[in-house]
Amino acid sequence: MGPAGGAPVQARDVVELGPDGIRLNGDWTLRALAARLPGVRRRLRAAPAGAAWSLTEVTRLDSFGATLLWQAWGRQWPASLDASQAQREVIERVARAAAKPLPAMPGFTVIDAVVLLGSVLIGFVRHVRDFVALLGQLFLDLLHLLRHPREWPLLEISANVHKVGVKAMPVTALVGFLIGVVLSYLSALQLKTFGADVFIVNILGLGIIRELGPVLVSVLVAGRSGSAMTAQLGVMRVTEEIDALAAMGVSRSLRLVLPKVIALTLAMPLLVLWTSAIALLGGWVSAWVELDLSFHYFVEALPEAVPIANLYIGLAKGAVFGLLIALIACHFGLRVQPNTESLSSNTTASVVSAITVVILVDAVFAIATRSIGLPA
Amino acid sequence: MSTRQTAPPPVVALCDIVTRFGDNLVHDGLDLDIGAGEIVALVGGSGSGKTTLLRHIIGLTEPAAGSVRLFGEALHAGSVHERLARQRRFGVLFQQGALFSAFTVGENIAFPLRELGVVSEDEIRDLVALKLAMVEMEASDALLMPAELSGGMVKRAALARALALEPELLLLDEPTAGLDPDRSASFVRLILSLHRELGLTVVLVTHDLDTLAAMASKVAVLADRRILSYASIEDTLRVDHPFIERFFGGAHGRRALRHAKESG
Repeated sequence: MGPAGGAPVQARDVVELGPDGIRLNGDWTLRALAARLPGVRRRLRAAPAGAAWSLTEVTRLDSFGATLLWQAWGRQWPASLDASQAQREVIERVARAAAKPLPAMPGFTVIDAVVLLGSVLIGFVRHVRDFVALLGQLFLDLLHLLRHPREWPLLEISANVHKVGVKAMPVTALVGFLIGVVLSYLSALQLKTFGADVFIVNILGLGIIRELGPVLVSVLVAGRSGSAMTAQLGVMRVTEEIDALAAMGVSRSLRLVLPKVIALTLAMPLLVLWTSAIALLGGWVSAWVELDLSFHYFVEALPEAVPIANLYIGLAKGAVFGLLIALIACHFGLRVQPNTESLSSNTTASVVSAITVVILVDAVFAIATRSIGLPA
Repeated sequence: MSTRQTAPPPVVALCDIVTRFGDNLVHDGLDLDIGAGEIVALVGGSGSGKTTLLRHIIGLTEPAAGSVRLFGEALHAGSVHERLARQRRFGVLFQQGALFSAFTVGENIAFPLRELGVVSEDEIRDLVALKLAMVEMEASDALLMPAELSGGMVKRAALARALALEPELLLLDEPTAGLDPDRSASFVRLILSLHRELGLTVVLVTHDLDTLAAMASKVAVLADRRILSYASIEDTLRVDHPFIERFFGGAHGRRALRHAKESG
């Protein structure tokens, strides 16, 4: 493919520059011209101004061919044109449309920058307002459920626990195990040089149970279940399923949001427990290989090195992080507009915000619990 | 291509098509030849496989058996390049419009032209303005996003996109579904005028008798897993079959057809 160096492709070229003007031959359609367009354009440009044009040998002329000619003519009719009535009509239509040019995309001015800043601020305020409204709605739903215990969406909660909890177990186990191995291996290398081998239990126990387990699971769950929740609610909005629920008088927060929030709040501590245990196992495997630490000693030393309060802190973090991830995921899911761009940007925003908020809240936890569960 | 045929090959030739979804046999030995310049309405009950047949023609799905030929060539014959060239000879209007929601209307129409890689930006601008004018939209509509359009506008914009590559064959899936009678009538007028100007071959799937009566030069009735009849509306009405009786026979059907005949 590509320009054939201007060489005539056929016996008769589509543009013939003769002494008595320019003669066009053959099919002037997009399909016929597409392959040799650069050469055709060059020859059209080479045409002298004020030349006579003959279209009598043109077999077919579509609007692309007409556009090509109209631009070659400098957007005006040539002084001398020999064309049939039908051809003139095709070109006339192109000329009429070209006379009303498409509006250009408006440029970016200072005013636009101010408007953008304002809309970002208003958008943020709206986010906060919607989030608070969602929280309030969930609170009202809970009150309603306390008074009408028969309406608990137990089936949805159980399905969600299965989806976000049970199905997440393999991947959290794999990641937890590998992190445990790596953390233990690196710590063991350092501890060996100081002869402080036995402290591996303290490092792993405290680090994984109190800090790494909950945060690791949160990041995985935000990426895995948070994005899924946002996308699910988003698509339900696009397909008007949420409107259908509302039309049936079914509360969307009660049936869609609350089960997700409750399920993730319940499932996350369990996932944290599971992942921390597997990570400790991975840590022990590494310590066993590197420091020849027996499993028996590891299990014996763990409760002494790590006060039980750390486990409670880890589980509490899990529950809070789960609650936050589900709330943020649902918040963004309900904001999706019916187009693909909005779906992708809201899903991205959901995961990024969830992870950021989790880490922020983790810092708050670290400060609030600084005097609990740490060996003096 | 080397042998000259006396008659041009049919634009669409379906031969002995068999389609199966699991245990459900949808088409069983279906044949249909559509000649150049026809406006063929494909009608049939729900689930009779009209849209599936359209998707076979587009090449989105493949029948379990049988052949699909477009413009005298097998749909999947030839090199990748030849197949691509064949696909650019037809335009498709999907039922929901299927405009790319991340692009403006103008970018949607320009998209197939840009994909060709040979059309200059100046020409694309003129062509987009032309296609918008063809479907009776304003040049300023080019900047709108698909989410901002009404149902009728979506169909028009999607039609403009389908026309971008100057197709010889236009495939319409329920072109007037979801439009009010007034808009649906003007959409039909639009397609008829395009058909007149561009000499298109049109294949449409429709449930709407008014659309069918106003547009179709021939009706292909899909029933009992094959093409039951392929003829003009008058001749189709003479076929004695329970489906045709139900589809055209109701009071509404007679009125629509009579009305179309009077105004046509």
